[in-house]
Amino acid sequence: MTTQSLIDRQSIIVLSLLAATAVLVPVLNTVAPPGSALHLSDYLVPLLGKYLCFALLALSVDLIWGFCGILSLGHGAFFALGGYAMGMYLMRQIGSRGVYADPILPDFMVFLNWRELPWFWHGFDWFPIAALMVIAAPGLLAFIFGWFAFRSRVTGVYLSIITQAMTFALMLAFFRNDMGFGGNNGLTDFKEILGFPIQSGSTRIVLFVLSTVALAAGYLLCKWIVNSKLGKVLVAVRDAESRTRFLGYRVEIYKLAVFTLSAMIAGVAGALYVPQVGIINPSEFAPANSIEVVIWVAVGGRGTLAGAILGALVVNAGKTWFTGALPEFWLFALGGLFVFVTLLMPRGILGGGTDLWAKVRRSRTRHAPGGLPYAAE
Amino acid sequence: MSEPITPTLLYLDNVTVSFDGFRALNALSLAIDHAEMRAIIGPNGAGKTTMMDVITGKTRPNQGTALFEGVHDLTVLDEAAIAELGIGRKFQTPTVFDMHNVEDNLLLALKGERGPFAALFSRRTTRERERIEALLERVRLSAHRYRKAGELSHGQKQWLEIGMLLAQEPKLLLVDEPAAGMTDQETADTADLLRDIAKTRAVVVVEHDMTFVRDLGVKVTCLHEGSVLAEGSLDAVSANERVIEVYLGR
Repeated sequence: MTTQSLIDRQSIIVLSLLAATAVLVPVLNTVAPPGSALHLSDYLVPLLGKYLCFALLALSVDLIWGFCGILSLGHGAFFALGGYAMGMYLMRQIGSRGVYADPILPDFMVFLNWRELPWFWHGFDWFPIAALMVIAAPGLLAFIFGWFAFRSRVTGVYLSIITQAMTFALMLAFFRNDMGFGGNNGLTDFKEILGFPIQSGSTRIVLFVLSTVALAAGYLLCKWIVNSKLGKVLVAVRDAESRTRFLGYRVEIYKLAVFTLSAMIAGVAGALYVPQVGIINPSEFAPANSIEVVIWVAVGGRGTLAGAILGALVVNAGKTWFTGALPEFWLFALGGLFVFVTLLMPRGILGGGTDLWAKVRRSRTRHAPGGLPYAAE
Repeated sequence: MSEPITPTLLYLDNVTVSFDGFRALNALSLAIDHAEMRAIIGPNGAGKTTMMDVITGKTRPNQGTALFEGVHDLTVLDEAAIAELGIGRKFQTPTVFDMHNVEDNLLLALKGERGPFAALFSRRTTRERERIEALLERVRLSAHRYRKAGELSHGQKQWLEIGMLLAQEPKLLLVDEPAAGMTDQETADTADLLRDIAKTRAVVVVEHDMTFVRDLGVKVTCLHEGSVLAEGSLDAVSANERVIEVYLGR
């Protein structure tokens, strides 16, 4: 067999945990009576949903960084673009219920004295178009960006820097009112999604469950890719790029394909994030956000997929706790964590755990009568 | 494609490469025949690696002609296209995919579709499996097929890389210092292997180890300052006054 089975032990664990989450969270929120120890309060549902979106974003970064060596420090841009596409749909759903009660124009456009909808807002009142743009907008940007960057063989730290520049430029652009995306305030005050009230408990539960489904689907997609021969070529590019070229592989095409796909996954994550947090604004493009994603992946374990999910969940849970308890210290804690992981756990929680487990098993084998001696050089 | 301009497999004529005024190759001309093995010797900086870079599309010459099979202009194609034409290259330091096992290293090198979609949906065929078996046998790595390439010894890595070259089924192999860092026995075995390969394909070997070159027993070209200093049998070349002066020493 060329490919390992898609359903290996790691997949089973990840998928069953996600399935359990998708069932338990709604049950604990709705069935368990408020006040009981098991009850999950209403504000936690979208919070956990947000973590899952971040986990999907981390997964998209791990696919390109962990397996193909492309360190993107601008993936927040693709996440934000997916979020804006969803936000535009949600804005159009407000209709005449806005403050200025204009049936067509979102409030901020009325405020800016705009007479008609800009051309690029057309069609966003129709969900399928918006859903398509959630994938197409980040995908197109990644394709164009990647086309130039990979064809010119920009690699390593230079590539990382231009991805930072890309997200920073987009942030500045989206801050401008005349860009037509709500400027500084972004898009907010959403009322409903597909006819369901966006604030209601049941909508939030559905969005939460959809986030787990999207994460599971994203995980399986990435797993499929890294287990295929394509995945082997990506690792080959990561470890010995010129060797791969001299074998006849067009490295830039591989990078472009996986980078574009990764941006699309990030876009989906952003689109699920926006209705759960209720706002999208240019600060999502902030360069620091994209760097944070890389830290999640590094903490969880680069190149393991499951590690990216774990890292995103652990770091964000830590962030929520920290910003509540010791808000001034969060950035120090994050920085310290990154230094700690880089120096002492270069393979992250999951990689470190696997190594430890292998060591334990090895010493057991060594001591077991008739066991094979450890044979590595 | 027009009629072949030359009957030789590889044809370099008047090739010049300058880096900031330094002429790494200076009007180099060289012809390699089908199924010919050629050893290239010469002091450091003679242009041996630059020559390989030109042939494999890594470096573009400032002037000159580089033709493969008399029709393909190597100066306009990229690395991947040249590899597809049938030119394989082994690097000076063994370069294999450390994190993949030996078998996967060969699998990636096997001649076949090179596009990402083909790779995504590819399934290993019986033919591919047999090819890999045969290659493992040939480079004596059958016992190590599931080991990570990074765990192999230096000599084994050299052989794995030669195996990967063979997997590409090239018409021309460029082999840069295959004997570097090998034991005497490994060096002799490598010479055997290359002689065997050269029965069906053209092989260009760059080497410093004169014992090894003697083992190969083939026509030798000595490069110096980017052009050919002497060409002929090893005895003739090593008797050449200029070669002794710049390379072999008195």
